[in-house]
Amino acid sequence: MKIGVLALQGAVAEHIRSLEAAGAEAVAVKRIEELAELDGIVIPGGESTTIGKLIRKYGFLEALQEFSKQGKPLFGTCAGLIILADKIDGQDDAHLELMDMVVARNAFGRQRESFETDLPIKGIDEPIRAVFIRAPLIKEVGSSVDVLSVYNDEIVAARQGHLLACSFHPELTDDYRLHAYFVDMVKEATKTTSK
Amino acid sequence: METGTSRVKRGMAEMQKGGVIMDVMNAEQAKIAEAAGATAVMALERVPSDIRAAGGVARMADPTIVEEVMKVVSIPVMAKARIGHITEARVLESMGVDYIDESEVLTPADEVFHISKNEFTVPFVCGAKDLGEALRRIQEGAAMLRTKGEPGTGNIVEAVRHLRLINGQIRKVQNLSKDELYHEAKVLGVPYDLLLQVSESGKLPVVNFAAGGVATPADAALMMELGADGVFVGSGIFKSDSPEKFARAIVEATTHFKDYKLIAEVSKNLGTPMKGIEISKLHAAERMQDRGL
Repeated sequence: MKIGVLALQGAVAEHIRSLEAAGAEAVAVKRIEELAELDGIVIPGGESTTIGKLIRKYGFLEALQEFSKQGKPLFGTCAGLIILADKIDGQDDAHLELMDMVVARNAFGRQRESFETDLPIKGIDEPIRAVFIRAPLIKEVGSSVDVLSVYNDEIVAARQGHLLACSFHPELTDDYRLHAYFVDMVKEATKTTSK
Repeated sequence: METGTSRVKRGMAEMQKGGVIMDVMNAEQAKIAEAAGATAVMALERVPSDIRAAGGVARMADPTIVEEVMKVVSIPVMAKARIGHITEARVLESMGVDYIDESEVLTPADEVFHISKNEFTVPFVCGAKDLGEALRRIQEGAAMLRTKGEPGTGNIVEAVRHLRLINGQIRKVQNLSKDELYHEAKVLGVPYDLLLQVSESGKLPVVNFAAGGVATPADAALMMELGADGVFVGSGIFKSDSPEKFARAIVEATTHFKDYKLIAEVSKNLGTPMKGIEISKLHAAERMQDRGL
């Protein structure tokens, strides 16, 4: 089982380290040809406008939509959550439009409002330390989306079948439980998808 | 809920990795930078090459410029304060600037002390030309580093020197025994604990970008090749013939820094880059890298 981390821009090395700690083989992905050998992919935190442009430039828009169609899991953190969303609040265009949700960018404010907190997550026993950096949040979700975590009445983590997204940065701590959760999703998917 | 923690400050810089941070002097340039794929903009009154040309004292930008830039882009906005100028930094923090560069590009306000950056909620980036400077800035609270290079020259040689030196020094301390590390901490003028951390991990505890002399897509890619986490481009973009094209090309070359065919492609017909200055032609007093040790 091999999981990729989209390496166009952002915190790639941290995700690779966390995925490896959760027991998966992890590789940085810069070209669409590299998607074929993967069972799942992480879209990391970074600047969503930059990642969104580069995704289009190098053909990842269609390639990742196709990847998702095959039932292979995607996990978006922070900017990655924005990339996965169907709709971005206040913008006409979204990116991959895979997850049935409306997200708001920089929803907590500027960098001085960035914070960390202990956050309970559905499916994970004890709260995890969640680091929110100029973080987005999920304003609305469709009926097929399962809300995994709420902070101050706002949705900050959700799952829709093989798609997982969170507003915060699990890759910035030494707690690998959310990565392990995603690794389990990928394991599950490899059993059902034909290779 | 905690704000301004070291994890939150350093994490913000982690999110900039593999990206290009561009100097802009007004709202229009900020929009061009964002559209080209910049991960952040540095709002200032004059780019380093103009500061060089103008002479005199270079200070924090007029807050109007910073505010204008913050209004028109959704990416992070950075701004520069003079070395040791606590009040300029507090003013920028109060305005909601996302990152402060305590920068040798501006005329230092204090020839001895840097700002005690740990006391701020807003994170700081600082320049360093060797491991000693790098770890002293981290000890003071810098959450991100960049090479000093020689700003506003369009000449990459100093940034290369600084990045090579820092990476070489890291490799050296990895091989030192404990007693040798005590001595090395004294020689470098850095806290022992921080040096031990570098020795054990083989890397700096914060992100280190390249800055000071990046003028072309190939320059940006070279710095990535040498191990920079990302790139600051100061005068290189808006002092070139076609800023939009230069900006886009530098973003692509930074992402795909080992894809030489791609770099060749994006480097075609860019027009004239900024003119540039031979370092040996600078007088000692004109060398910005010697400020703030």
